[in-house]
Amino acid sequence: MAKIPEGVLTAVKKVRGGVKVDHNKNTQDLEVVRIPTPSKVVIPMQMHIGAPCEPVVKVGDEVAVGQVIGDTDKFVSAPIHASVSGKVAAVGDIKMPNGSISKAVTIESDGEMRLWEGIKPPVVETGADLVKAVRESGLVGLGGAGFPTHVKLSFSPDKGIDTLVINAAECEPYITVDYRECIDNSWDILSAVYTIKELLGFKKVVIAAEDNKPEAFKVLKSIADNEKYDPQNDVRLMVLESKYPQGAEKMMVQSATGRQVPPGKLPADVGCVVMNVASVAFIARYLKTGKPLVSRSLTVDGSAITEPKNVRVPIGTNIGDIIEFCGGFKGQPAKLISGGPMMGLSIVGTDFPVLKQNNAILAFTEEDAILKKETDCIRCGRCAAACPLSLMPTNIIRATKAKDVDTLNRIGVMVCMECGSCAYSCPAGKPLVQHMRLAKALVKEEAAKK
Amino acid sequence: MINGKKLFVSASPHVRSKSTTQSIMLDVIIAMIPALISSVVFFGIRALLVTLVSVVACVFFEWAVRKFILKKSNTVADLSAVVTGMLLAFNLPSSIPFWMVIVGDLFAIVIVKQCFGGIGQNFVNPAIAGRIFMLLSFSDAMSKWPLPGQGIAEFDAATGATPLVSLAKNEALPSFADMVIGNRGGSLGETCIIALVIGGIYLVARKVIKPTIPLAFIGTVAVVMLIAGKGDLEYAAYQLLSGGLFLGAIFMATDYTTSPLTSKGKVIFGIGCGLFTCLIRLFGSLPEGVSYSIILMNVLCPLIERATTPKPFGTPKKEKKAKEEAKA
Repeated sequence: MAKIPEGVLTAVKKVRGGVKVDHNKNTQDLEVVRIPTPSKVVIPMQMHIGAPCEPVVKVGDEVAVGQVIGDTDKFVSAPIHASVSGKVAAVGDIKMPNGSISKAVTIESDGEMRLWEGIKPPVVETGADLVKAVRESGLVGLGGAGFPTHVKLSFSPDKGIDTLVINAAECEPYITVDYRECIDNSWDILSAVYTIKELLGFKKVVIAAEDNKPEAFKVLKSIADNEKYDPQNDVRLMVLESKYPQGAEKMMVQSATGRQVPPGKLPADVGCVVMNVASVAFIARYLKTGKPLVSRSLTVDGSAITEPKNVRVPIGTNIGDIIEFCGGFKGQPAKLISGGPMMGLSIVGTDFPVLKQNNAILAFTEEDAILKKETDCIRCGRCAAACPLSLMPTNIIRATKAKDVDTLNRIGVMVCMECGSCAYSCPAGKPLVQHMRLAKALVKEEAAKK
Repeated sequence: MINGKKLFVSASPHVRSKSTTQSIMLDVIIAMIPALISSVVFFGIRALLVTLVSVVACVFFEWAVRKFILKKSNTVADLSAVVTGMLLAFNLPSSIPFWMVIVGDLFAIVIVKQCFGGIGQNFVNPAIAGRIFMLLSFSDAMSKWPLPGQGIAEFDAATGATPLVSLAKNEALPSFADMVIGNRGGSLGETCIIALVIGGIYLVARKVIKPTIPLAFIGTVAVVMLIAGKGDLEYAAYQLLSGGLFLGAIFMATDYTTSPLTSKGKVIFGIGCGLFTCLIRLFGSLPEGVSYSIILMNVLCPLIERATTPKPFGTPKKEKKAKEEAKA
């Protein structure tokens, strides 16, 4: 195992609480492999936080890779592109992994993966050009949240934003695609970092990862200490203790700058922009080639997967096809998760498309799927000790049961980011995140009445 | 649905830590084993019998009251009744008649624990409440302390004053070494300081408890007794080592349900226990004050917790907020 190189920064202000989860980074040495072109993709019009897109193609249209198939004039949104070449087979509602309904465009692939002739590298000379290009690329936060990246990057210069934080923490167990991005595409990351820093006027860039990724530090360090592009040494690496949820946005801001994002505010309100490492690397490739976000890498792992892999798939590929590519199921799967085991979504079947923000598909056998039995709370306080946001989940449950909205507001339930550290550590097996969601819903309901 | 079988769907997180209520209680039981062994060494096999009777009675009452009266699920497997049984026994003289032990267990489990909703709901520690109930009900039997090595027969054993009583009356005291290893009169689980500390270290190492409450509790007693004894180290040391201070501070004041969750609250709780113990020992008519001090602080726990609840992440500090509001 390599060592973390010298001269790497450490957290300005350490994250409180958190939990030590088994890393299970089984796929970290596996390079990302491209799956064979699927025969069909289903591309939803809602793959980001914000307004959904409207389809701009109709059944029977011929489309090519990178062609816009969904767009909107709303600001908080991101256009959607065809991920395979072929014919539009259907435009209509589909059921999304989270149970909601979204419009989607189904494309039957011709197997050629023909690039759209309109693709050309964008001309980017100013910050405004960059923001426009990022919007056109369809990029959303690839770390899981799916927040449109151009929204993060469009801020006025007088807002006092000085720090760009590149998130390579990847604190979720199993997932290794960000790690692979660091190892395999480190130059993409650095070149995009320099461009963004230059054009948007960031004073400081912090690339932060957990200390369980020494190889990534070695590679990034050799490029970050670049006298030619970064004579002032404004781009620095930061090592974080391996502990969940180190990679949460608020935690990253605190580690990198010591600042705390106030409740209901964004990192921009304390002068920071946080970007996922894969999103940054994508920007570099987009600026070079002009090929929009039509595919992404994801980790396929878990006790019910025959051959765990890191795969690159066109957006909209059926999850079943991807599992098939990884040798199919090993034994009877009992739980399927889209995303990591801490914050991912458990889904009811394989017949869902991969979204822009999916970073993993995990399948577990019954042994791993059955959680411990729920018993009575013993007030051990582990939930409160584990909460990185200083909340007291036990009290929140009590107040929720009593429908005491005043108390819920006082003890700050809306600050909760649903990281699941409390539920992970609870010896009584309480589904605490579910309780938090109920509590938040109650607060929102009450606020709507007023 | 895969291969005709439905999938499990649940809210995140999809992995959980291995610890359970049962595993935590098992750790507490393991931590009490050294003290149990020492009690058998000093007070004979009857110490073990008292403990066994108490455990069996607690488990039986827990099972019976939930099954026949409350009609609730069976919670015997969480082992918390075993812990209560052991703790209560540790607080009793080894010569105590068995039927009294059973009455104490009945009070602890049925009245204090289950009537208030079972595990996690009781407002005072059941074992301490049981002990105090017995102290008030059977004050004679509860203040006869067999001396080590003589406690085998039930009624004709030689009994003597505990060091605390001797300390108060200025009588001869056991040697310092005897105090530490537990070769002195007292309730059966409280005398061997070494065994109790080993148990405490085990609990801290297993992350079952944080050392905050025991340290604050014992530290406060040490400081106050040093002042009260006008700097007499020996007096302070005997005050620390005698009575149920270590047993109370390590195993009873740290009870999850009846101590604050917050770190600051734990400090306040520990100091409060220490102060009340000293007040009772120095100025009260009772020789010992550990159990009363803990039960008093148990009752204050919700208030302490409310006062020390940390501010949610990113909430501005009070002064700052006030200043900002003043500016606006």
